[in-house]
Amino acid sequence: MRGRFRLARGGGFVLDVDFTAPAAGVTGVFGPSASGKTTLLRCVAGLERAPAGLLEVAGEVWQDEAREWFVPAHRRRVGYVFQEAGLFAHLSVRGNLEYGLRRTPPGERRVRFAEAVEWLGLEPLLARAPEALSGGQRQRVAVARALLTSPRLLLMDEPLAALDAAAREEILPYLERLHARLEIPVLYVSHSAPELLRLADHLLLLAAGRVRAAGPLAEVTTRLDLLPWGPEAELGVVIEAVVAGHDERFDLTYLDFAGGRLSLPRHAAAPGSRQRVRVLARDVSLALVRPERTSVLNVFPASIVEVSDGGETGRGRQPLVKLDAGGAALLAQVTRKSLVTLELRPGVPVYAVIKGVALLMEAG
Amino acid sequence: MSGADLDPLWLTLRLAGVTTTVLLIVGTPLAWWLSRTGSRLRFPIEAVVALPLVLPPTVLGFYLLVLLGPRGSVGALLRSLGLESPVFSFSGLVIGSVLYSLPFVVQPLQGAFESVGRLPLEVAATLRAGPFDRFATVAVPLARRGFLTAATIGFAHTLGEFGVVLMIGGNIPGRTRVLSIAIYDHVERLEYAQAHRLSLGMLAFSFAALWGVYAMNVRGPRGSRAPGGPRGPRRPLGLRGPRTRRDGGGDAA
Repeated sequence: MRGRFRLARGGGFVLDVDFTAPAAGVTGVFGPSASGKTTLLRCVAGLERAPAGLLEVAGEVWQDEAREWFVPAHRRRVGYVFQEAGLFAHLSVRGNLEYGLRRTPPGERRVRFAEAVEWLGLEPLLARAPEALSGGQRQRVAVARALLTSPRLLLMDEPLAALDAAAREEILPYLERLHARLEIPVLYVSHSAPELLRLADHLLLLAAGRVRAAGPLAEVTTRLDLLPWGPEAELGVVIEAVVAGHDERFDLTYLDFAGGRLSLPRHAAAPGSRQRVRVLARDVSLALVRPERTSVLNVFPASIVEVSDGGETGRGRQPLVKLDAGGAALLAQVTRKSLVTLELRPGVPVYAVIKGVALLMEAG
Repeated sequence: MSGADLDPLWLTLRLAGVTTTVLLIVGTPLAWWLSRTGSRLRFPIEAVVALPLVLPPTVLGFYLLVLLGPRGSVGALLRSLGLESPVFSFSGLVIGSVLYSLPFVVQPLQGAFESVGRLPLEVAATLRAGPFDRFATVAVPLARRGFLTAATIGFAHTLGEFGVVLMIGGNIPGRTRVLSIAIYDHVERLEYAQAHRLSLGMLAFSFAALWGVYAMNVRGPRGSRAPGGPRGPRRPLGLRGPRTRRDGGGDAA
């Protein structure tokens, strides 16, 4: 999908974006408040009409103001999950789910009622009224309701923002499983970096109504010029890895990634499954020679790609070193002293010593 | 109750029933438009709708008489079409009552539609419901208490009107002589017992209707409560709150 919107609002806000998003996977739309994330989503859904706009999704033109062409929201095959679930109070959960399904011509239906109910664990809730549901349950109903229109594109506008931490943890596993199952592209708006690191494959960073960066998650999150891109974001990378096996004797799980084999404390993940692991910059140190007789298991040869001394972006921040470990990007936080004494410069071969690795999610 | 009093009672109930029906048919689209529009026309139209709240009923009745009478412009037009002038007839009473009770129906409906908010309708749009579909299957059911309030207040208010019906309908027994006028006649003739009977009946009915409306509005779930509620029509005009609809607004993110 590709789109271009320009619209001005009272208060001096101008949305001026030109973006593309891949035809599959989750594209996280990230940015601070009032950066235009929600407005962008509303334009894509057709809930708002940008006076200058062009939007093409899966080969269909939904808006082209040059030809004064605008497909209204109800004729776009788009699912929208709002920040507040927006369940219809006069209908039961089942009635809510069937609302969109009934308006979807049978020939266009790709998601069956029973499937959506099972994916989001709604079976016990079907007869309930929306007001008898918890916040997390409501949002699950809203997601299933949107999926049941068999959309070509799923838009999620901070679906977890209105929930407390417990409800968020309750619903995230459902979203992660969906992520693995859905074949349609998803635009997922959030201002929570941890959420996007778990769910997104691609990122679209917005700031003040403009696109600041776009690209695959690993690429955008390790661009030193963009860091730090979220107040909550602890600097680090997300690595895709495959479970290679478990070590019963030492209670370890091995995961293969582009740079080698990671060892983690024993985890239940099935061998062969794809996982996301998080490696924080402060857990990575550098050595010029391979450390011997160390307690750290995860040591990988890498080369320095880029060095930022942190001087321009934030006072008091430690320098960051971006590494390439066999194709996987890593970030390491080092002191300015180490930077000078070890002569860390782009191109220098080093060993990345990783003291902590956290499993993020089941990638399916 | 004597036969002479049953006639006005029946006529009054019929008038209130017909008036309420017409008002719901006319008032619903009007209230819907008022609750959604960004047009500048909204304010003069709201003012016109609210006029009967402040105008003496005799003023309204007088102008209707002038307009609809055989020599009035509308009356003359009707006559040229071969139709009878509606003054001093049941249809005249209906026209007068509809105008007089208009704010009592439009304002609670408008308030109820506004309190439905933008979200459920936008959700419905993304669930492939077209504009009329959204109105009929989302806005109307969510505003149902507003409809009940509007119908009850509209009905009760029409029962009690006096000035307009007297001006445009006269006092023709069996034709335009409604309860309030019958009570007036009884008092004029010092028939206090009959006046009491009719007055107490109206008092009891009005009290019960208002009680019901208030109770209904409190019991409703949050969100579907009509903010106009029964109080709506009596709300001073200048104090009508800011629009509940969020106007586009910035990025909520």
